[in-house]
Order: sequence, then C-alpha cells, then structure tokens
Amino acid sequence: MAKLPTSVDRLIAAFGPHKAYPPQSGFYGAHEPDELVKTHCCYCGMQCGIQLKVKENKVVGFEPWMDFPYNEGRLCPKGVERYLQNNHPDRLMAPIQRVEGEGFEHISWEQAMGKTVSEIRRIQQTYGKDAFAMLSGVSLTNEKSYMMGKFARVALKTANLDYNGRLCMVSAGAGNKKAFGLDRSSNSWADLAHAEVIIVAGANISETFPTLTHYIWRARDQGAKLIVVDPRVIPLARTADLHLDVKPGGDSALFGAMLKILVDNDWLDHEFIADHTVGFQETIEAVKDYDLDWAEVHTGVAKEKIWEAASLWGKAKTSFLLHARGIEHHSKGVDNVLSCINLVLATGRIGKPYCGYGTITGQGNGQGGREHGHKCDQLPGNRDITNPAHRQYIADVWRINESEMPGKGLTAYEQIDAIHRGEIKGLISICFNPLVSLPNNGYVREAFEKLEFYVCIDSFLSETARYADIVMAGSLHEEEEGTVTTAEGRVVKINAAVTPPGNARRDGDIIMELAARLGEADKFSFASSEAIFNELRLASKGGTADYFGITYEKVESQMGIFWPCPSLEHPGTPRLWEDRKFSTPDGKAHFNPVRFKLPTEVTDEDFPVVLTTGRVVSQYLSGTSTRRIGKLVDQYPEPLLEIHPKLASRYGIKTRDLVRVKTRRGEAEFPAQVVETIREDTVFIPYHWGGKHAANQLTIGNLDPISKIPEFKVCACQLIPTGEVASAALTETAYQSDL
Amino acid sequence: MPETNYNMDMAFFVDMQRCIGCHACEMACAECETNGQESMIHVNYVDRAVSVQTTVQVCMHCENPACANVCPADAIHQDDFGVVHSANTPRCIGCSNCVLACPFGVPKKMEEAELMMKCNMCYDRTSAGKKPMCATVCPSQALYYGTHEEIARMRPNSTPVNSFKFGNQEVKTKVYVMMPKGAKQLIVD
Repeated sequence: MAKLPTSVDRLIAAFGPHKAYPPQSGFYGAHEPDELVKTHCCYCGMQCGIQLKVKENKVVGFEPWMDFPYNEGRLCPKGVERYLQNNHPDRLMAPIQRVEGEGFEHISWEQAMGKTVSEIRRIQQTYGKDAFAMLSGVSLTNEKSYMMGKFARVALKTANLDYNGRLCMVSAGAGNKKAFGLDRSSNSWADLAHAEVIIVAGANISETFPTLTHYIWRARDQGAKLIVVDPRVIPLARTADLHLDVKPGGDSALFGAMLKILVDNDWLDHEFIADHTVGFQETIEAVKDYDLDWAEVHTGVAKEKIWEAASLWGKAKTSFLLHARGIEHHSKGVDNVLSCINLVLATGRIGKPYCGYGTITGQGNGQGGREHGHKCDQLPGNRDITNPAHRQYIADVWRINESEMPGKGLTAYEQIDAIHRGEIKGLISICFNPLVSLPNNGYVREAFEKLEFYVCIDSFLSETARYADIVMAGSLHEEEEGTVTTAEGRVVKINAAVTPPGNARRDGDIIMELAARLGEADKFSFASSEAIFNELRLASKGGTADYFGITYEKVESQMGIFWPCPSLEHPGTPRLWEDRKFSTPDGKAHFNPVRFKLPTEVTDEDFPVVLTTGRVVSQYLSGTSTRRIGKLVDQYPEPLLEIHPKLASRYGIKTRDLVRVKTRRGEAEFPAQVVETIREDTVFIPYHWGGKHAANQLTIGNLDPISKIPEFKVCACQLIPTGEVASAALTETAYQSDL
Repeated sequence: MPETNYNMDMAFFVDMQRCIGCHACEMACAECETNGQESMIHVNYVDRAVSVQTTVQVCMHCENPACANVCPADAIHQDDFGVVHSANTPRCIGCSNCVLACPFGVPKKMEEAELMMKCNMCYDRTSAGKKPMCATVCPSQALYYGTHEEIARMRPNSTPVNSFKFGNQEVKTKVYVMMPKGAKQLIVD
C-alpha cells in the first residue's frame, strides 16, 4: 500500500517496542493470585510446562509446574519472563487503522471487519481470488493452524496461503517424508537420555531449546559421547567429546564422508538395510569418492575429527541424531537432512529403545503447526492438496465441493516475489513478522509497500504490522485455549489463563467473524476450541498425522499424547517404527543419494568472508514479544558481529568496533565481538532485530528447490571497519528496530 | 523458629561444567518477593574472548560464615539448618565488612538501599518443602537441589565437594560443588 504512515520514531513512541519490567515488589496479586493456570511456555518447540499466576484477569507471575514430565519445573530465561506479555503497555487493546501522516487510530470492530471484507472483495473481484494471499505462523495452536487453512481455502478461496514454518523446518519435513513417509521426530526425548552416542548438527540447543540440554547431560552422565556439528563453539560444544567446526554449507560433505567411512569399515546394519530399506546402493555410490582429503577441503573440519566422529557413530549400539535450522536453512537443506538420515538408516538405529532421530522445531507449535493445513501444499493430517483422494476427504469434512477447493499456492517467499510482480495485491497475516524474519528484507519491505491492502492480526505492532492498513488486536498464547504439539510429537493442552485485554479478541473469534462476513458462517460456527479440535481430529483421521484418538480429556489426564493416535483406545506413539513398517508407499525406509553441492553464494575476492546467522538465548524469533521484555533485552541488547581474532586482526577490528557488513543485498553496521569461538573464515550475526539492526538485510533469498526454505545460514560478505567504536546510544535503542 | 518443613536431607549442588550461561537462574531468583527484582545469583563469562564458559556465583552458606563473623551489627544470622540469611534490614549498617570478608565474593551491597543482600536458599520455598527457585528452573541442572543419594545415583562420574582451601585457610560450606570423581577438596590458590 504505501510507506509507513508516519515516522518510525512516532510509531515506536506510540506502540513500542518498550521494555517492560515487573514492579520492584512484583505485580499486584503476584503473591496472592486468584489461580495458578497450568499451561505451557510459548517460546519454543519444547513447550515446557509452566503455571501462570492470575489476578483479576491479568497474568501477574509464574510458578514452576513440577509435575509436567518433560521439564519438571525447568525453564529458560524466556520461559521465566514469558508472563510479562499479557500485562504489557504495548499490548494492542483494540483494532487500529492507518492514518496517513499520523500513524494509527483506534476503530471499532465493525469498521475493521467491514473495511477488511470490502477490500478482500474488491481485490478478488478485480484481480482474481488468488490475488488476496494469507501468511500464517506456527506459534499458533493446532486449532488455529487448522482454522487458518480452512479459512483461506473455504472463506477466502485463495490458493496463496503459506506460513512461517517455511523459514523453520520445511527442509526437515520434506526429508522426513522422502525417507520415512511421515514427518515427526522418531522418538520421545526420554530415549535421548539413554543414547550411547549423540550427534547434534546445526542445533544450538543450549540457546534455542535450553531445557533439552538436561536430557543430553543426563546421557553424558551415563557415559554418552557427544558430537556437535557447528561453525561456532556453542555452549553445548564447549565440553563436547567432538566439536566438528563445519564450514557453513559443508554439512552434506561431512555426512557423506561419514557414510563412506561407515561403508569402508563395514559399520553397517546389513539386516536392517536389506529387510527394511531401499536405495542403499545408489546412496553409497554417490559418496564413493568422498575420502577424508576431499572431506577436509569441503567441510573445513580436520580429517581426524571426521574419522573419529564416524568411528564413534559406527561402533555405537544406541544413538540419537538431532538437527535443526543450522543444516536446514540452505538451498540444499533437504539434501543435508537426507544425508543425516542416511547415517541413521545405514546403522539401523531407529525404531528401537534409545535409538532415534529427529529435527528440533524452533517455534512453539513447529510440529503441530506444520501438520494441519496452513501450508500452501497441505491439507489437515499432513495430507497433500494435489492428491485427489486427500482433497475429496477434506472437502467432505468441510462440506464443500472438491472442485471449489483451491490448489497448491505459492510458498511464503514466493508470495513476496508475486507481490513484486503485481500478482498478489492484498494480504492478511497472523503470527508472522516477515520484515524481520525473511531474508533480503529490503526487498520484502518494498513488497509490503506495493500491496493495495494489508490487514494484520497481532498482539503487538510488529515491524511488519507498521505497514498495515488495519491491525486487528488478537490474542496471546495465554488468552486462548487450544493444543500444541511439541517437538517430540506430544500433543499438549494450552489453557487460557485470562481473556484478551480491553477490546482485543481471540484470534479464533476474529477468523470466525471474517469467515461469516465472507458468507461462510455455517462452516465456521465453532462454539469452543474443543469443537475446532474435534473437527481437526476428524480431518486428520487416516492421514499420516492422525489425531483422531486424541481428546482434550486424554491430553490433560495423561500429560500429553504422542501422535499418531488413530483411535480412542489407542495410547499414542512415543516411539515410531518399532514394527519396521514405514509410512512410505512401499513400507520401506528410503535412502536418498546426496551429492555435495556448494551453497548459492560462495566467497570470492569481493565478498571474502562467510556470513551465517542464528539466535541468542534471550530472544525468540523476530522478537515481536521478546524485544518488549526488559530483562531479556538487557541480557543481549543488540546484535553483535562474532568474529575470530585472526580474521579481526586482518582488518584491525577490536571488540566493540563498529563494522559495516556488506553483501550483494545490503549493508548494515554491527559492533564486533572478537571471540575465538567461531571459525576463522566465518562471521555470525543473530537475526532477532529489525530496521537498521536487521541481519536479514544481508542474507540471501535463494530457496531450496524442494522445501523452498531460504538460505539464511550461508552467504558471502565484506567487512568494512568504520573506524568508530559502537556507541552506547546505539546499544540502548537497538530493540526498537528504528530505521 | 517458626514452624517449618525444611528438609535437612536436601542439599544444594553446583556443577559449573553443566552451566550453559542462559541466566534463567538470575531471572527466576529476581522474581522472589523478598528480592525486589534483584537476583542473588550471578552468572558471568570466565573470558568470553576465548570461551563461552560461564560460572555461577551463589552463596555457599559456609558452616562458619565469615560474613556473619565480621558483621559489627550482628545483622547476619545463621539458622539451625545452616542457612545463612541476608542481613536483617533494621540492623544492617551498610558497612560492607561482609562484602570484603566473604572468601567467595558473594554478598553484594545494594548501594541504593545501603543494605547487604544475599541468597537465603529461598527460605520461603525450602522451608515449605519446595526447591529453591534457581535450582528449580535451571534447564541444564547445573544447579541441583536434592539428596546425596539422588546426586550419587544420577551423576556417577562426579563427586560433591564442600571443602575449600584458600591458602592456609579451610572453609566448609553447606552448598556443594561437583568435581571429578575422587576429589575431596577444591584448592583455591
């Protein structure tokens, strides 16, 4: 639609981010709450159990929940501070509308709904149904994720629905479906604590899933060997038995070389390979030339360490391999995932006690949110929108004609391209802050400026919402009942602690009213979250992610149920594949040949340094809520450029020197943090900030051809010392994402 | 003493090797109603330029507490369970003797309040049969609160040590640090 309605400084003054702190003596009622509500933390795929203290319909504190089996009271700093959102001064309490030159003004729900529906109709009548797109997110509950998928297809009737899971675990999902026919971590974390060898590849567990650390330390107490694959010495790597300091983009070379070592030394489970897999010969053929000399060049890891890792993995009796965005955020993210799975299948260590494999989902509902249909190619139960039988089944559940159901739409980043091309003219978004989280975000901002109409549902005015025509004040995690599915596949219950403050509404109610005004009231007349879940159960029935046997009552009384759970009598499935019947069409696990490819952008004379990005422990994703929590901001106030002293000395860079980092997409300045805990050829910047502090001004938007995940984790950059030392003023305001 | 459920079988164990530097302990400690949003536990990098290693600094609750011994106002009290309490507000004169005397560098003088403050082992929680807040939330269990039997069973490769030697002086504490198996004393030269 346009540029910002007023200066960013005025928007920040009115809507934040502002740093919130509890009063010195705690919030009123924190010591005598009306009730303690058992629910979960909103900030990662672990979904730690927590109790929120509630006083007079406000969340005023927390109390550990000792009985929830996964975390037994343990929390990370984000979990401890998560209660500060509901009572936050920046909280949107009513719908607002853009006013040119002024900013935003409060409007009624009637105005917000009326204007939104008339703009949806105008754009769709003028340009076609698919010209109005939707972006969703997987911090939403299963119920809301399901409803977004249904809303886009049934009420908006657009093909162009996608979600921020596209930046999260789509490479893992695609790899898992190819290899196993199903997309879930194979085992519960209980098995992890007993594994003999653990590989953690591209997963900064201690900062992004801190409570999972306990399970790895427990395994090590029993003698487990820990192998960490990461360009940086992350906290988990500091005491690891082996730290493979892989060069960004070298992952599949490493895992390919390890597979060759397994083959050369016959550290293979021949019986498992013969009876339960296909594709082994083609797969080992692909890595036959990947000897240690070759591997050392392409991974940047000393060959002795590669051999030692393969030897530990090869000889182990039990093992667990975990990965996350570090290997997945690549233009060959699916290849990287498959090359990990090949190691697991070659040794047959899956579907048995203490033998597991899985991706770790970063978002609160990264698992469940990717199963129930707010993804451009997916229908509930992890069904395929291009499969006629799947379409017919869901059309029947939704009581629509199959022919009316839109087909496969564009993925998230492809939607940005389509806005630039003029094909998408209107957008509704929820739970997604693309101006911070998408790569090459100057290009993303220009797309938002081109939209004719943009409506955003959010609890805070995110950097992206600043560009909206209308912002509908939605609900927080603690303001709406539902379920989420944790990274281990456990469906857990989110209980509403309070109702949305002021004139804000539950997200579910907003979507239902929009659907009703678009003429589909009868298909969106859910009386409760449980009613939505019950329809989801039916919609997922018979799919690979089958929730039919899961009920609210079972989830609450059993502290979560692991899917698949196809019938009411079924106890759930904490450990997959014990029967060796994989969910692929032929029932076998599939090896997939992976030939090493270079990243899209490699270093050269002009851009000689590798740039990689990631997270810090005190922030969550694009920071819409965590950059509003004072103590979390203070712990790590601004993005720092981590750089090795040898690389720094070449440029005369010292800690706190302000360094301009330039790529082919943009440039930005960051204070240097000179540390020996990173590869000499690589610099790292965390991505949680927007505006001039955004690492994603620099990152590259090239996509994996299968998963369409952007290549956040590797591109080439220049370092230009500015000659200045970073100012305290810059540090002080970084959380605001000023321009 | 007021009625209490303080369990003398429970002990506090610190294992620096498990610490991941996340600061959850500090955040949780500050939430305690008696702490006024100040944390009594502190996490610091050892030397960030070379390592991500962090240390946790928390009151060790000395058996013979130097802080209490040097207090001219008799403001620091050790209870029957061995918990060394934060300075009694009406008595503390803000002289900082305790800050200087503590061999572990634990007590901090809150300049604004002119008061010494330190960890009291979450007395409000531990006396009610709960675990201290920091050890409850610690995601890596670098801070653990439980029995000696539990820690021996769970962590067979390390040993709890509560004897420290500073030069010629030995200090015994209520809080244990985990050391490699067989260690008897931590010598701080």
